[in-house]
Amino acid sequence: MSVTRDQLIDFIYDEARMLDEGRYTEWLDLWLPDGHYWMPLDYQQTDPLHVTSLMYEDLFMLKLRVERLNGTRTFSQKPKSRCHHVIQRPFVDEMNGDSFVTTTFMHYVETRLDEQQLLAMTAKHDLALVDGTLRIANKRVDIVNCDAAFRNIQLLP
Amino acid sequence: MGKYAGDPAAAAALVEGHQVHRDVYIDPDVFRLEMKHVFANAWVFVGHESQTPQKGDYFATSIGDQPVIQVRHSTGDIHVLYNRCPHKGTKIVIDRQGNTGKFFRCPYHAWSFKTDGCLLAIPLKKGYADTGLDQTEGAKGMKAVGDVRNYRGFIFARLAEEGISFEDFFGDSLSSLDNMVDRSPAGRLEVAGPPLRYMHHCNWKMLVENQTDTCHPMVAHESSAGTAVKLYEELDLPEDAPKPPAMEIIAPFMSPYEFFENMGIRTWPNGHGHTGVNHSIHSNYSQIPGYFEAMVESYGAERAKAILDENRHNTVYFPNIMIKGPIQQLRIFIPLAANRTLVESYIYRLVDAPEELTARTAMYNRMINAPTSIVGHDDLEMYERAQEGLEADGLEWVNIQRLRTGEEDFSEEAVENGTTERQMRNQFDAWVKFMTRNVPAREAAE
Repeated sequence: MSVTRDQLIDFIYDEARMLDEGRYTEWLDLWLPDGHYWMPLDYQQTDPLHVTSLMYEDLFMLKLRVERLNGTRTFSQKPKSRCHHVIQRPFVDEMNGDSFVTTTFMHYVETRLDEQQLLAMTAKHDLALVDGTLRIANKRVDIVNCDAAFRNIQLLP
Repeated sequence: MGKYAGDPAAAAALVEGHQVHRDVYIDPDVFRLEMKHVFANAWVFVGHESQTPQKGDYFATSIGDQPVIQVRHSTGDIHVLYNRCPHKGTKIVIDRQGNTGKFFRCPYHAWSFKTDGCLLAIPLKKGYADTGLDQTEGAKGMKAVGDVRNYRGFIFARLAEEGISFEDFFGDSLSSLDNMVDRSPAGRLEVAGPPLRYMHHCNWKMLVENQTDTCHPMVAHESSAGTAVKLYEELDLPEDAPKPPAMEIIAPFMSPYEFFENMGIRTWPNGHGHTGVNHSIHSNYSQIPGYFEAMVESYGAERAKAILDENRHNTVYFPNIMIKGPIQQLRIFIPLAANRTLVESYIYRLVDAPEELTARTAMYNRMINAPTSIVGHDDLEMYERAQEGLEADGLEWVNIQRLRTGEEDFSEEAVENGTTERQMRNQFDAWVKFMTRNVPAREAAE
């Protein structure tokens, strides 16, 4: 079975929509078990391990994050935040057999109470075809102003 | 004009032994007085020497609301200068760090200065002939802060020209910094990467107080640490299976009250103190292969064990930093306004130790202190709710009475139950002391 460019592009759009609609359980199912969600702290950062990142989370941490969002004593989510992605058509950078790389420019809005913040970012997805299904092997999100002083970013850009 | 403007004695009266008036957290005049008195008279952390390793390297930061530059001079020593041209006031550097070469040059009129601040040259200098420029402060160049000390790589400065000495200010509290540095087999730390920068809409003192608040983790962090424990138990892994890193780092926040009571809190004069006298949430981290051996090589077995057995959790250095020895981390709470604070969380690499230690430190930092961290979200929510809640007119005082038994003597070191609020009272004792340092004794007593 082969994957078309359009299928890769649709996958990226579907993922963004799941996050915006809060369908996190479905979103977690997109991930391969040893994947990492990386959000660098430094511009063009190369090392996720020995310097600080904004996020570098394995599936356990991502599950924890999602579980927490649904918790009854998650005070920073009373009331809950909402988010919204606007994405450009993803670039398909690599198609090698069962593995693929896409780059997507996006604007991310997160809002809670009277505050709203806008982040411009680039998402790089490593995708893999496993048992006929596309999955996320790794995801890297570079915020354009990654070194600015942020307030809370509570959901998943 | 507010009721405390220019009146540090009036502001100091807002602190009583067991309670603090809300204006200490919300009044802009009190904030201005803190900048002018507390931050000028105390020794304040500036940066680490590894942020300016080469001659001409500089690092721009602030002490309270004062813009300053930490710079490595041509002789190799580190100077701290006000980031202001003595001519028209232009900030000399605007990027956070860089190398200026042999001199600073003001981008406005090209006045230039040696890296110790001395005036080097002025274009068209003849225009100043017979004007008496040499009699002015401007002719001396960029102004240096009152005093600077490099203590084992950590740069501290006192803005005031005269005042308490470095040794008298810190006293035995330096043992925490010593322990953090001694954990390097080389006895040396280096900054690892840029700091996390996290904007808080609350007063800086709320953050500092929270560093030794041991009654909040199991409550405020139930959503993160409690959920981590629950999720882990659901995995139903065998006893000897390696724990997910989240469990090693986040789960101890859910330790019961008894754990924190027995942890102990030590206070030192001038507002310094630490949690984790007996044990801490860092005590049970897994061993990193090769690290203990490297320590024994440097220090001998007995001393190496003594260094690593110290479990100091959070050490607060008054007024505005906290260090975590066991994971080489420093957090600085930079006051921007009465209701606005920038938190920067730095991590350090232990020179000559395995890099896995740096990896754990980086992991801790992003899991706990990032604007994207679920644990950080728990805390920020509480601070900002407090900042807003203190506007309520029905009550005016903040209670800091826990485990207080009458008048306390903060001029002596003390070790108490780990859930005491003594360290918060200790900080306020120092706050009053440095706030009123320049007030004539008679006036202060009134």
